[in-house]
Amino acid sequence: MAEILGLGEAVAGLVHDGDSVALEGFTHLIPFAAGHEIVRQRRRGLTLIRMTPDLVFDQLIGMGCARRLVFSWGGNPGVGSLHRLRDAVEHAWPGPLELEEHTHAGMANRYVAGASNLPFAVLRGYVGTDLAQRTATVAPITCPFTGETLTAVAALRPDVGIVHAQRADREGNVQLWGITGIQKEVVLASGRSLVTVEEIVDELEPRPGAVVIPTWAVTAVAEAPRGAYPSYAHDYYDRDNDFYREWDAISRDRDGFREWMERHVMAGATVG
Amino acid sequence: MSDPTPDELMTVAAARELTDRTVCFVGIGLPSTAANLARLTHAPRTVLVYESGTIGSKPAMLPLSIGDGELAETADSVVPVPEIFNYWLQGGRIDVGFLGAAQIDRFGNLNSTVIGSYEEPKVRLPGGGGAPEIATLAREVIVIMRQTSRSFVERLHFRSSLGFGDGPGDRERLGISGAGPTVVITDLGVLRPDTTTCELTLTEVHPGVAIDEVREATGWPLAVADDVAPTAAPTPAELEALRALQAARARTAA
Repeated sequence: MAEILGLGEAVAGLVHDGDSVALEGFTHLIPFAAGHEIVRQRRRGLTLIRMTPDLVFDQLIGMGCARRLVFSWGGNPGVGSLHRLRDAVEHAWPGPLELEEHTHAGMANRYVAGASNLPFAVLRGYVGTDLAQRTATVAPITCPFTGETLTAVAALRPDVGIVHAQRADREGNVQLWGITGIQKEVVLASGRSLVTVEEIVDELEPRPGAVVIPTWAVTAVAEAPRGAYPSYAHDYYDRDNDFYREWDAISRDRDGFREWMERHVMAGATVG
Repeated sequence: MSDPTPDELMTVAAARELTDRTVCFVGIGLPSTAANLARLTHAPRTVLVYESGTIGSKPAMLPLSIGDGELAETADSVVPVPEIFNYWLQGGRIDVGFLGAAQIDRFGNLNSTVIGSYEEPKVRLPGGGGAPEIATLAREVIVIMRQTSRSFVERLHFRSSLGFGDGPGDRERLGISGAGPTVVITDLGVLRPDTTTCELTLTEVHPGVAIDEVREATGWPLAVADDVAPTAAPTPAELEALRALQAARARTAA
């Protein structure tokens, strides 16, 4: 059974210094509120895992929470660079950042392997790229039936998996819809899981195409209205594309970035 | 209507490469603009697939990201991310992969990872994302990117996605089924791989572009076809549709 907790106590209980922490949500339902709470609680030495680091990891990296990044595409979609991520990789600011780099197909299959309790997944991937040589968790494998050479990727088993969803009931059953991304796989692949939700309701009315994650597969649920902003929650609010554009200027400069984070994140009230 | 800009010439030429009813895996930015232009002009039944899991998206305005709500709302189907890569791309259901990149070499290999060395990059770029598998698993690949001597390079700083590797036979040796890059559209013209050498060869230039201009914007001695044709100027209908698409995006950015 998932515990229903305040966001502050949920992050305090689940996320520890040095943990590997996956925050997923493919453009949609990115758990910004939880990311901000991790920043406010000043977690350090984290291995951050996310297919598309997006603004939320730019913020965590720039605030010094990360030691290592596992990812497959690290840009500001449709806008350009993630300047804090770049500054960490190019100039080790605010500290060095070790990279473990994959492709989207590879990362997706790594989560599937983790959720399936397998040590690795097999795909036709990374072929003819320099990535295959750079990344230790990618290796060729021979099919035992046909002799064909394929690619193996190591399973992802994060210490903590964090996702955002539209809603949960009072038992902690979670429901999400729209672009469902890799949300279910992350929860099932992780040792502990936190799902933040737009709202907690008495009853989850069925929705076509929705993913339901039962309460007994989730560690904690925390209510966080607008908790995916500036990303979006389908049927609740739209992606703030203007803010994604503005982030380019906000994040370009170290002092400007820190000042923005102090004002908008550090000074923000912890929910719960 | 004002004359087309180099970017508009590129986008219209790229859109024309998509035939109706093809299933197209679309990268964000220039590829998405060109693919949507094709859908709104000569190829209304083109199926646009985005890596966020949306199949058959028909956005009225250009999305900023590959997962804008508009893409899901207008899709025929929305599937989870493992499924879009495993069942639909790896399963062999994608006709055309539509990609961009920061660097390309003469064999159509792409770099979207780093400028400089991987360990100490001068510029850390976003990385491969969905492209490395699209480049090998789609039946063919269309590349769209602006052409300068810094983007069309003798040697990639990193190979993020495979084109023809080091030349003829490389894709076959690696057991790849897809044909690879069949055309590269730039703001100066159109390049296609030579059927024997696999080397990108200039086959068309946009109106008003001289062949020497294209040579200068290429970081290797450019192969040029015997009969370089001019691309047909955009029709008023194409330009109007493109500008309306971009105006709709500008409005959302206001």
